[in-house]
Formats: sequence, structure tokens, C-alpha cells
Amino acid sequence: MTTLSAKDRRQHPGALRRSVSRNLTAYGFLSGALICFAFFSWIPMVREFILSFQKTNFVNSTEWVGLENFRTVLDDPAFISAWVNTAIFTLLALVFGYIVPFVFAVVLNELRHAQGYLRLIVYLPVMLPPAVAVLLFKWFYDPGAGLFNQALGVVGIPPLSWLDSTTTALPSLVIVSTWMNLGTGTLIYLAALQSIPSELYEAAELDGAGLFKRVWHITIPQTRLILLVMLLLQIVATMQVFIEPFLLTGGGPENATVTVAYLMYQYAFSFGNFGGGGALGLMLMLVLIVFSAFYLRVSRDRT
Amino acid sequence: MQSRKIATLLAVAGLTLAAAACGTEDTPAPAANPSAGGSAPAAAENAPVTISVGCQPPKTNPKERAQWDADVTAFQAKFPYITIESKDAFPCIVPETFQAKLAGGQMEDLFYVYYTDAARIIGAGQAADITPYLSEAPHFAEIRPDVKGVFESGGKTYGVPRTNYATGLVYNRALFTQAGLNPDMPPKTWAEVQDAAKKIAGLGNGYVGFGEYSAGNTGGWHFTSSIYARGGAIVSEDGKMAAFNSEQGKAVLENLRKMRWDDNSMGTKQLHRWEDLMRMMGSGKLGMMIGAPDVVQAVNNDFKGKFEDYGVTALPESTQSLSGGDGYMFNAKATPDQIKAGLKWLEFKFLTPGQGQFDYARNKADGLPTGLPLTDLYGSAAPGAQIQTDRETNANVPTEHFAPYVEGTKSVTFKLEPPKAQEIYAILDTPMSAVLTRQDANIDELLADAEEKVNKLLAAG
Repeated sequence: MTTLSAKDRRQHPGALRRSVSRNLTAYGFLSGALICFAFFSWIPMVREFILSFQKTNFVNSTEWVGLENFRTVLDDPAFISAWVNTAIFTLLALVFGYIVPFVFAVVLNELRHAQGYLRLIVYLPVMLPPAVAVLLFKWFYDPGAGLFNQALGVVGIPPLSWLDSTTTALPSLVIVSTWMNLGTGTLIYLAALQSIPSELYEAAELDGAGLFKRVWHITIPQTRLILLVMLLLQIVATMQVFIEPFLLTGGGPENATVTVAYLMYQYAFSFGNFGGGGALGLMLMLVLIVFSAFYLRVSRDRT
Repeated sequence: MQSRKIATLLAVAGLTLAAAACGTEDTPAPAANPSAGGSAPAAAENAPVTISVGCQPPKTNPKERAQWDADVTAFQAKFPYITIESKDAFPCIVPETFQAKLAGGQMEDLFYVYYTDAARIIGAGQAADITPYLSEAPHFAEIRPDVKGVFESGGKTYGVPRTNYATGLVYNRALFTQAGLNPDMPPKTWAEVQDAAKKIAGLGNGYVGFGEYSAGNTGGWHFTSSIYARGGAIVSEDGKMAAFNSEQGKAVLENLRKMRWDDNSMGTKQLHRWEDLMRMMGSGKLGMMIGAPDVVQAVNNDFKGKFEDYGVTALPESTQSLSGGDGYMFNAKATPDQIKAGLKWLEFKFLTPGQGQFDYARNKADGLPTGLPLTDLYGSAAPGAQIQTDRETNANVPTEHFAPYVEGTKSVTFKLEPPKAQEIYAILDTPMSAVLTRQDANIDELLADAEEKVNKLLAAG
């Protein structure tokens, strides 16, 4: 398929029409996605932006309130906790959720047998609906009959409070999140690893390089770009963490797991303050835009 | 060049969407909106009118649904100009869908609410003022003033209660027996609750003597129930200052601390929310929890518990109670004729002794649980006495299991939720969860910190 430059189109008025008719099928397929994105992403984003400067009860006319919603959420004692918790969650999710899938991918890539089965097993958690996966962990974390404490008991370690302690609650949520997203990350890394020419490894092996050296000198440099892209995507995704605190801890104990997205939910649906929820959403979006812009830049450089 | 064009296009598209969104938002409510003045002309007498009504029982409750449908048919035969469009949902209201239904124009003309949501809905202007039309429901005047108060604000009425009950103590009679306690003599003091909880927890692994909420705003809600029962308050009389950093507030938390850490009778798992304790009660491993007869109904209907295993008594040492129950409110956009028709329906279905929800003979014949003391709408007024007689006559659940509750709550006065209830409950979740999850929690510091936050919240207006 040939593409016409802007200059060509200006010089040949019929060229644009021909180009459009040639790509009509493609536009048809594209329109479905565009409509979906418009209705479920872009229009809500615009509405949310507007809402953050308004007061509404969805009955009477809306009222423009300037920055009042922002002042309300900035004055909320949970505001700082929510951002700190979100930042810690993101950081921990990077430490665990970013490295673990990479390690899994490297190990899977090194395996000579049963790679297909193991890939399936690693990917299985992704197929579970998130709510089911989270509720499964609710049982794992039960301080009494939960699987984790039973396992700790077998090796003589005293039981942990997991979700019921301010120190372990947030890391416990990170473990859930890591487990749920492990499969996707692993498969993406695996695909990247398998695109590395095998000659490089063979040469390294001939030179006597062990696994660690091969990873350090070949794997990481060869997958540098995908690692960076995944890092940025991970930050954008984990900063929006909601389902884990919503289903497992309700923001507790002592606000230890209140995240920005959870606080947004509280404002909008528990307090009926959609303006406050919108203001929080806009703040989060601005932070994420920075990372997204960086991601786009990296993606563009890569191509 | 091209990227500038794309940026321009996006900007134009964004502005167009923004304008469209503004246009939708700014559409004024119809002139007939009575809450906006109530000056709209009513249609001719007995002109055809259609109202949508929420909380029709779902298909999974076939007997209750059949009763509802039969009542609708009978009502429409009596008032041929009124058409009822029933809308089923289970549960009847969830916060997430409530706001979405309003935003999407899908809210019923007559919608169902829990007491705990009423003040917020009134404050947000999301319900119609029905004061001028209350004569359409003659029994409304006989409802207890403290019950009507749930739906009142500024001297105006915004809703009609359907059920009403005081908060009590729900307990598992079977576990009481198993632990060597007399189920016919439930605890009357908090010391007795503590003692009973210890004995039940002593039955073995997995048994919990006393369960309590502490997450998702439910901890704050039950802190409110507990402090009210001890004669305390959440906010001052004028509603401008926090009032829970008091002897009663400290007693609530100290009592929980003792049971959780000294006696280890509250289980190791905490951060419970509504469904968690229901499930534990239904599984037969939980001894006691704060609740009302509706808990027993929910445990029986949805969590596989059996009526005969449960009893309810008044909250120990209680003098007042947080109002519990549900009712109906009108969409702020409902027309005067719809409000009048809706009030007639409420009178027919939910307020008249001997019919609708009070047709206990029909309930019994249909095999539905009958006899739970759930609807204390009228107190000692005439309809109340008749309802109680009918209920007792047709009872098919062991009413003696609820006798301590009925007796113990007779002298209890109802107290409304504080202003900004959900925001305050969210703040009070912190001291509740702290006491239940941290052995070294400092109650004085926790209450002082929560007090400061609530004062700030109330001062913000």
C-alpha cells in the first residue's frame, strides 16, 4: 500500500479521494474502535475535566465553582495519605511486578522442555476475572485459616496479619497485583527475548559466559527499549490501582491502603461529590500524562 | 506541520465535546419540578398518569414478586387512571448505580432508599419536596415523628418510610447453647457481652465471639450506632462540632480493644464490611454482632442461616438508637400528579394495616417468614397496635427469639445520622480499624485526631 505525502495530495486533488476509497475497509474497521474509544474514554475524559470545575447533583443546572473542588480535596486529610500510598504502591509494584515477570521470562526462555505448558501456567492468572483473583487472595490472606499463614506455619514462621496491619497491607496488595499481571508481562518479555539472535548467546557460551553474564551483557541491552516501555506502562497502570483496596481492605487499616483512585470513588459514589472526584481524577491524569508523554517519546524513538 | 494540524483538530474536537457536555449539563429541570417551587399547574383531576416505582422484588424471589404484582393489579383497578411501571433490582439501591441512574435520567419516579442515604439525597437536592401532597397518604400523619424525621429537612418532607427499626444485638442462639450460655437470657450489659464473646470464642478455632465492622465506612457507621446506644453523640446539637471524643466514644473503643486483644474473642481477621459479618453469621461461626432483625432476615434469605438459630435483643445499656430502615423518595423531576399517584401507591402498599406489606395472613399463606419486628412505623398509634396484633397472629418465625428486642427497645428513642454522614464515617473508620488491628492503638490520640478532622470537615460547610 503506498501513501501519499501532503505535498502530493495538494498537487493532485483527486489523490486524496482515491487514497480514501482505497483504504475504505481499513477506515471501516478503524471506526468501530474510534467510536468505542470516543464513548468510553474520550467523552468521559472531557466530561470529567469539566466536572472538576463544577458542582452538580444531576438534577438541576450545574454550577461553575472554579477551583473549589480542588480546594476541597486538597484540604481532605486523606489526600496526602492517598498520594503517598499510591506512590509507595507504584514503587513496590515496580520492584516486584516489573522484575519478577522479567526473571520468569528469562528462566522460561532458558528452558529446553515444557516451555509451552509453563507459559500457559504463568498466563493463567490473567484469564481470571480481576474480582475473582482478588477475592481468592482474600482467602489466602486470612490470618486464621488462610493459605499463606498455613504455609508459614509449616516452616515454623509465626502468622502474619497481612491485610490487617498498616505495615503489611500495602505490600500485600502489591503481591496480588503482581500475581494478576504476571502473565502478560512475562509473555511480552519472552517475545522480546526470543527476538534476540541466538548467535549472540552461542558466542557468549563459547566464551564461557554463565547465565548471569549472558543476561547482563546480552539480554538486558537487547531488550532495553521494551524494558523501558514496560516500565512506563507499568507506572501508568499501577498508579490507577483501585480494585485491590476496594475489594480487599476498604482503604484500611487506618487509611493505609487508600489510593488516589479509591479516594476518587469515595468522593463520587460514597459522598456524592462528583466535582471532588473529578478534581482528583484530573490531578491523577496530569501526573500520568507526564509518564504517558515519555512513553510516547520512547515508543517513537524505538520505531 | 502535520502534528500542528492534528493538534488543532484535537483541540476543536475537545472544545466541541466540551460544549456538547456543557449543553447537556445545563439543561434545566422541567418547570413541573415541585422542588423548584412547586408552582407548576397540576393536570386535570384523575388525568392518566404513569409512575415508575423501584424495588419490585426480583424474579429470584418469586413469591414476593407475585405479591407485588397482585398489589399493583389491585391498585390499578382501584385507581384506573394510574399506571405503575415496576422496576426490579437486587439490591434495590447501590451507591454506584444511584448517581449513574440520576445522571442518565433513568432514576425511577419513586425510588427506594436506605435511611443512611436519605439526608445526603435531600442535601444534594436530588429528591422532590412532597410536603404539599401528603394528604394523598392519610396514614402518613400517624407515623412516629422521630421516624418521619429521617426524611425531613427545613420543615419539609422528602420521603416516606417503609420499614423502621432500632439497632440491637443479633446473636446466634445455637452457639450460645453450645458455649453453655442461656439463649433466652441474652446479654444486658457490655460486660455480659464480653463474657459471652469469650466463651463462644473458646469453642475452638474459627469461632468468633463478637464481630464488628471497620472498613469501607461501615466502621464509622457502627461506631455511631454504638455511641448513640451509650447516650453519646457524633456531632454537637447545632451540628457544627464533633462530639464523639467523649466518655461514651472512649468506652466504645475501649470495649472493642478489650474483646479484641485482652480476650481474643473477635477473631484475628478484621476490616470487615457488611457482607463479611453476614457471611460469618450465616456460617454459624459468629456469636454476636450489632444489628437489627433485618440482619436475621438477610442471613436467612441470602446467607443460608436458619431463623430458629438466631435471636435479637436490645443493644446493652441503650437509651437511644440510630434509626435503621428504608423508604421511598420521589425523583426531583417528578410532576405533582406523579407525586400524588406515588403517595397513593405508598399508602396502599406500605402504610395501610392489613394490606400490602402488612398483609401478614397472605405472607403466612405464601410461606414467607412472618413475625419479625421490622416495621415499627407507628409506635403506640392505632395502626401500630393493629399491625402488631396481625403480625403476632400470623407469625411463623419463632417470635419469642425477638421478644427481648421488642421489650428492650420500647423505651429507646431514635436518633438521626449526623450531617455529612458518609464523610464522617470514612474518618471514623480509622479509629475503629486501628483498635481492631493494632494492639498498641492509643484511643485518646485516635479520637482526638478524628475529632480534628471532623471539625475541619464540618467547618468547610
